[in-house]
Amino acid sequence: MFRRIDKATDTVAITFDGIPMRVDTEQTVSAALLGQGISTLRKSVVGDRPRAPYCLMGVCFECLVTIDGIQNRQACMTIVRDGMAISSQSGARALDEGC
Amino acid sequence: MTLRKIDDVHRLDREYDLAIIGAGPAGMAAAAEAAAAGARTILLDENPAPGGQIYRSIERNSPARRAFLGKDYWKGKDILKAFLQCDAAYLPQALVWSVEQGETDGKASVELRVSAGGKSSIVHARRVVFATGAMERPMPVRGWTLPGVMTIGAAQIALKSSGLVPDGRVVLAGSGPLLYLFADQLLQAGGNLVAVLDTTPRSNWAKALPFLPPFLVSPYLLKGLALLVKVRRSVPVFTGVGTIEVFGQDRASAIRFQAKGRTEEIDIDSAFLHQGVVPNNSLANATGCLLGWNDRQKCFQPELDTRGRSSLPAIYVAGDGGGIGGALVAEVGGRIAALAACLDLFPEKTRQIGPLLAKHEKRRRVLSRGRTFIDTLYQPAVAFRAPTDLETIACRCEEVTVGAIRDAAARNVVGPNQLKTMLRCGMGSCQGRMCTATITEILADVQQRSPDDIGTYRLRTPIKPVPLREFASLPLTPDAVQAVTGDHSDRS
Repeated sequence: MFRRIDKATDTVAITFDGIPMRVDTEQTVSAALLGQGISTLRKSVVGDRPRAPYCLMGVCFECLVTIDGIQNRQACMTIVRDGMAISSQSGARALDEGC
Repeated sequence: MTLRKIDDVHRLDREYDLAIIGAGPAGMAAAAEAAAAGARTILLDENPAPGGQIYRSIERNSPARRAFLGKDYWKGKDILKAFLQCDAAYLPQALVWSVEQGETDGKASVELRVSAGGKSSIVHARRVVFATGAMERPMPVRGWTLPGVMTIGAAQIALKSSGLVPDGRVVLAGSGPLLYLFADQLLQAGGNLVAVLDTTPRSNWAKALPFLPPFLVSPYLLKGLALLVKVRRSVPVFTGVGTIEVFGQDRASAIRFQAKGRTEEIDIDSAFLHQGVVPNNSLANATGCLLGWNDRQKCFQPELDTRGRSSLPAIYVAGDGGGIGGALVAEVGGRIAALAACLDLFPEKTRQIGPLLAKHEKRRRVLSRGRTFIDTLYQPAVAFRAPTDLETIACRCEEVTVGAIRDAAARNVVGPNQLKTMLRCGMGSCQGRMCTATITEILADVQQRSPDDIGTYRLRTPIKPVPLREFASLPLTPDAVQAVTGDHSDRS
């Protein structure tokens, strides 16, 4: 959905739904995934419809993903880190085991 | 002197003279001003780097690399420089999720709960400045929840912070100064912009005309005209657009709209919507600051005195979070609020602070010239503020349609808070941020009442979800213990 207009200096390795990818450092998870052509990050809570990041500034909560096992993280407010495992969500968050 | 960057929420001091929330132009300027006046100052910001949204990534961007961001953007460099050199503390990626005004030793004092890096902590401040900025007014149209549809602000953030340009065929739709500013930036950055759909009602021009004279001296006049001419020369611009629908199976593939009585359809890969900005007032609302309806800007904003003091005397609001005025007015507003707070704290410094305040207040009057013209000209069409298409989703989180809201409104629901319990609108993850404006305006439309009378959602803390373990980790105050157990013990 988006492409980069200039080269970044450094990259980190992340995974999205198990797929490994290298993305530029110092950017948000939302921006990194959009730059990889991934826009649908979850299925909506009520209607099970595809949803994508919408506001990129922490307001709309459309970009909720699971990051390193923690659900409902705002992808647009979280900076990518080497080794980060991101996964899409379907519906509402589930109760964690052991919580 | 340099800014002291803090990397752990537990390394914050227990108490500061002044806490500032938000690192956009108002917050950065407030911090520099307060620190210079001798206040022990902390700035807490949710974003990873200073700049807010308007000066997003200002620290890393340079005119050599991304010249198309324009000279108004580079003005952020000066504010940033002063902020980085000031004697304040700064904690980025920090969410202030609760603010309560109380008293310590008979003096007003504010308790802030802050989450950063998965931990929460309590900080006290004698005065607080909310510099929480603006958010884009929602523009509910059919299909706006489809992947491939975002706000123009979002597209601009992607460009500023990550150098991302939307791929494929792009349409921009809506109204307001950002529409043409971003169209120009997108073209310069190599985007494939296929059309601009301008939804500004034609009748706005006649309404705005009487306010034109002060705008003639505004620095925005020439810039605005130049952008308009430039964009129109490169891209088809449809004006007076009345309805918009986005289509697609699992993502947006076409946009249909009406202009000049004709229905048009364009194939797209992405569409970006925008109809101005409104104060991001979640924190002020949840803290209990009184809000009032601004009928010219069609939004709720905190009720403030001329120096930014809210209905809660220890809490000030500066910048667009207190009423939309743009980046330059926000910067000056930050200085004024910070100095006014310092005047509360250090009455002995009146002779030093008074003249500074007068200087900035004068400057704000100059910078605010022409605002009424812009507000009137770009007042979004009622069709997009209080939509009538029954299938359009108004509350994105709980997927509540315009039809459901209009139906309930016709049955004399008293206001947004009752609507919440009936339909669950405003009860999803975004806590009502994305639908509150629409809900108020639809209720006002159906019931023929003023938006001020309808009101807005009453928000509660935490203003964003915080893990229970962070709540549980905070020390219990005697009041909190008593609230749950009825026990008056001194345990803390």
